[in-house]
Amino acid sequence: MKSLRAPLLLSVALVVLCVPASAEMPAACRVAEPEVVTAFPLPRTADAIVKKKLDVLVIGAGSSVLPGKDGAEKAYPARLQKALIEKYPGVAVNVQTDIKRSRTAAEMSAQLISLLGTARPALVIWQTGTIDAMRAVDPDRFGTNLDSGINAARSAGADVVLVNSQYSPRTESMIALGAYNESMRWVALQQELPLFDRFGIMRLWSEEGTFNFHSATKKLDTAERVHDCIGRLLATLVAEGVRLAAPPGGGR
Amino acid sequence: MAEKRDERNAAMSTGVMPAVASKRDLRLDLFRGLALWLIFLDHIPSNVVSWVTIRNYGFSDATEIFVFISGYTAAFVYGRSMQQNGFIVAGARVLKRAWQIYVAHVFLFAIYLAEIAYVAHSFDNPLYTEEMGILNFLQHPDETIIQALLLKFKPVNMDVLPLYIVLLLGFAPALWLLLRSATGALIASAALYALMWQFDFNIPSYPRGSWVFNPFAWQLLFVFGAWCALGGAQRLKRWIESPVTLAFAVVYIIFAFSITLTWHFPRLAAYVPHVVSELIYPINKTNLDVLRIAHFLSLAVITLRLVPRDWPALNSWWAYPAVLCGQHSLEIFCLGVFLSFAGHFVFTEVSNVVAVQVAVSIAGIAAMTGAAMVIAWYKRVERGGSARPPDTPSYARGKA
Repeated sequence: MKSLRAPLLLSVALVVLCVPASAEMPAACRVAEPEVVTAFPLPRTADAIVKKKLDVLVIGAGSSVLPGKDGAEKAYPARLQKALIEKYPGVAVNVQTDIKRSRTAAEMSAQLISLLGTARPALVIWQTGTIDAMRAVDPDRFGTNLDSGINAARSAGADVVLVNSQYSPRTESMIALGAYNESMRWVALQQELPLFDRFGIMRLWSEEGTFNFHSATKKLDTAERVHDCIGRLLATLVAEGVRLAAPPGGGR
Repeated sequence: MAEKRDERNAAMSTGVMPAVASKRDLRLDLFRGLALWLIFLDHIPSNVVSWVTIRNYGFSDATEIFVFISGYTAAFVYGRSMQQNGFIVAGARVLKRAWQIYVAHVFLFAIYLAEIAYVAHSFDNPLYTEEMGILNFLQHPDETIIQALLLKFKPVNMDVLPLYIVLLLGFAPALWLLLRSATGALIASAALYALMWQFDFNIPSYPRGSWVFNPFAWQLLFVFGAWCALGGAQRLKRWIESPVTLAFAVVYIIFAFSITLTWHFPRLAAYVPHVVSELIYPINKTNLDVLRIAHFLSLAVITLRLVPRDWPALNSWWAYPAVLCGQHSLEIFCLGVFLSFAGHFVFTEVSNVVAVQVAVSIAGIAAMTGAAMVIAWYKRVERGGSARPPDTPSYARGKA
């Protein structure tokens, strides 16, 4: 999967050449924009937008937040909120988060059920995979845990978008993400919901030289820019899902 | 001492034992050597060159080749020993081999610890606080190292040797049965495989989970390899050479290739009929999915047709590096694991541009070949036969 990057890169490069530059997207993020495609609609989210009130819940582990006192504000959930507000003027967009470090999909799935009762989101964005890979949770069981969380969210009236692991070259030889990324891709396909391929996007940035993920730096600037891009691209994905859900003739 | 060995080798090459093939099949060495190279390439993360490896074009990968051929050669070497020296002696030799592999695994673990400790010390990036959690085990070295010695804690890509150890631990009784009733042993092995799928048992891992390569599943391929070595291949000859089998193999490989394409280009996944994907997914590597076995067998059928046993190229200079690596598989496998660590280290510390990736891959294979040449030379010297012409008998001394 990872190894066919060269032809893939070429095709992406061609697509990039043909895609008109969007005004609000920084050039760095735009490189990865063609990777953000989905064939699956987000009907509940589209409904919420029509009703001018969109509640989003981001549930995730450590890679959904940045360290520091304004870490939450610079991390992708807050950037997503900002991008969605820009995309849907007049809609009250509220992104809530439930981010706690070192949680597996099973733990998050259990907590999701109680959260849904109080938060009542139209859209759940679920970041997971890395902790399960680090703890070597059985990949099949990981898939079942995803399914139960997704089913819970859906029966509570929410759409779901999955977000997979980060691309982390330094730890690549220590964390075997392959089976978990595969499992997420498969579950997303089965459940017919969008997968935000954060791993693929970050790898593309690394290959294009957009960001240097190798540097051992304590500084936050790169991390903040990465999260900003991820927030914007997630908003693009959500908008795409909303567009697919919209009835023909009706716009956003 | 040396004389005694030579006597035994002479006895071996006369082929007094009807059940065990009399001459080492160089194709085994060639393909095991190639499998070792592919495993090395696949184990370097984000390596452009790894797109040449077979796992990108079908369901099975180099692990299947390695396990099958290891079973084949184990039966070849220890089967003869068991017929000549009895169960106890042959069993002891198998256990000695398992011990060597265990020592090799622990050695690799030490290198892995060195790498991970270095990364833990030198790398600190706010983007990766989640991923850095993998280094937490360094805070409990007591627990981790003991679990590693018990083969329960296994770092990424260090799962093949523990599998090999467990397969060898159970090999003496399996071989005993194979020599009495080859087909009975194969049926028993398949029954164990089926029971494993039915009741889903595996060896537990630390801190949780279970082995990446379930020995109760992978033993099937190992025993099947041994069964082929002990006359099974002859019995299958008619099937293998039948055009119908060949047609099935070709069709299946094309099918597997088309499915694999959808992994590389997710947009193609929409063209896979729902019924088919319901049927085939998930393709389980841990428990050696039937689809993987079928893919390996298809590849084997086609390979046997394309590469006859007496293919002159097997003795040619360009096949020589792979053949040589295949003959010293344990050492070269370990070196490959080490080199893949080192390759990844170069990517992260120096550069990972495509040219460097290609250079690291080629240098790694060259290092494996060079090491195999040195090992072969050592073995000749230690046998006291440095003056001996290095002709075919040296091939027959490759280890299982």
